[in-house]
Amino acid sequence: MHGLINKAIEGFVCDSFGAERWQAICRAARLEESEFEAMLHYEDAVTGRLLNATAAELGVLREAVLEDIGTYLVSHPNVEALRRLLRFGGESFVEFLHSLDELPERARLAVDDLGLPTLELRDLEEGRFALLSRFPWPGFGHVMIGVLRTLADDYGALVFLEHRGVEKAGPGETLETIEVTVVEAAFAAGRRFDLGARAGSP
Amino acid sequence: MTVPMQDMRAVLDLFCPMHVMLGPRGEILHMGATFAKLAGGSAAEGRGFLDLFEVLRPRGAETMEALLRLGGQKMSLRLRDDARASFKGILAPVGAGAAINLSFGISIMDGVRDFGLSGSDFAATDLAIEMLYLIEAKSVAMGASRKLNQRLQGAKIAAEEQAFTDTLTGLKNRRAVDHVLARQIERGGAFAVMQIDLDFFKAVNDTYGHPAGDHVLQQVARILVDETRRGDCVARVGGDEFVLIFDGVRGREELASIARRLISRIEEPIAWREGAKLGISASVGIAIGPYAKEKADTALFDRVDKALYAAKHAGRAQFRFADAP
Repeated sequence: MHGLINKAIEGFVCDSFGAERWQAICRAARLEESEFEAMLHYEDAVTGRLLNATAAELGVLREAVLEDIGTYLVSHPNVEALRRLLRFGGESFVEFLHSLDELPERARLAVDDLGLPTLELRDLEEGRFALLSRFPWPGFGHVMIGVLRTLADDYGALVFLEHRGVEKAGPGETLETIEVTVVEAAFAAGRRFDLGARAGSP
Repeated sequence: MTVPMQDMRAVLDLFCPMHVMLGPRGEILHMGATFAKLAGGSAAEGRGFLDLFEVLRPRGAETMEALLRLGGQKMSLRLRDDARASFKGILAPVGAGAAINLSFGISIMDGVRDFGLSGSDFAATDLAIEMLYLIEAKSVAMGASRKLNQRLQGAKIAAEEQAFTDTLTGLKNRRAVDHVLARQIERGGAFAVMQIDLDFFKAVNDTYGHPAGDHVLQQVARILVDETRRGDCVARVGGDEFVLIFDGVRGREELASIARRLISRIEEPIAWREGAKLGISASVGIAIGPYAKEKADTALFDRVDKALYAAKHAGRAQFRFADAP
């Protein structure tokens, strides 16, 4: 698994619950070190152990941890860069949804060895979409729910999100479906997105 | 097929929001929405294009006549009252006037910031947004890489500080000597220490430069390893200072003969570039110990140091044994 993914879990726990909880999680996950490098690769099993240990430490379901990580990734000031990069996807929330098809491609432009799930957006009926996520490991759909819920706020859109479950999509691949209902595209003012500002600069 | 002029404008507005239509005298007839933002709003209509913009390249386009001759060529322009913003442009003659389309080119980042542009200011097919995305993604990824590099650099320095090896000669270093000595003392029993200081080394460095000096140090290192046994500790502890710690007891006579052989081998001229011969020698101090009351390693080193000093003063290229404390 790419170091960025483990780093995201580390950032989420440290920024939300503090370094001590993170140390406890690393011990429970039997990790030799407690700091991940964003630009290195780690054994896949490490990520699974980390997520289980985090869920146990925080006393919540693994799905809830994943969703909170999604929210963290696009709302915490420490990872503002990611929110900005995603907002480049479109001017409105619906445009952004349509840009998700090319999300792995966009991620590859930034970090060429970062493997992200293949995403596919299907139009169901007026204002309803199905987002299909294909990845070797289940769970990314929950991260996407956190990301989408928070970015909808960011765009000022009112949406309903529902995880429609995980199925096996082939050898070594799982398919998760998220249903997205855009109730109102311009519900609130949302957060400003200044094209000319730079990630990381105040 | 001819497209009516009005329709053409609508097409241009949609496809090229940074375009401008000029009349025969170079006056602005119509502006794309984004061009209008650059030119200062609708007030720019009717003004001369060349009053607002300066054509930097090709040179000499000061009049509408000259400007029209640049049709089809890549132009480089800037705003006259805002020198920060630079543009790429292209002109197509239309009737007696012209159409010009602009783009930010490589300075897109500054342009977007300076004029407060947003995604809708660019045509849907324009790669500007992707370009901005890439610039930002690149700096984020570079930032992460830089952090990793800094941490690796720090780890490397720390590892070097903890290392027991002298990187130039491959011998042990002072840290290793302290370590070996502590172990010897802890183990108890007698052992011998030899301290070697090169003579005339500074002259080699000064005359032939540091690469020659480094070469000498490497040759000496090879000799020291040759003349000692596998279990002995051979270290470079300073610029041209070496320390040997002999594992197990050796008689005074054996140590003397090792010292003699070392000096004579070190004195053999060392071949250097362009036929030069590097000539050095060595002074050696030898101490056997530790003696009963001599617990600390510093005491032993004080003695061996004094012996070396005595050898140097006796005219170099010699060895001396340290007195018993």
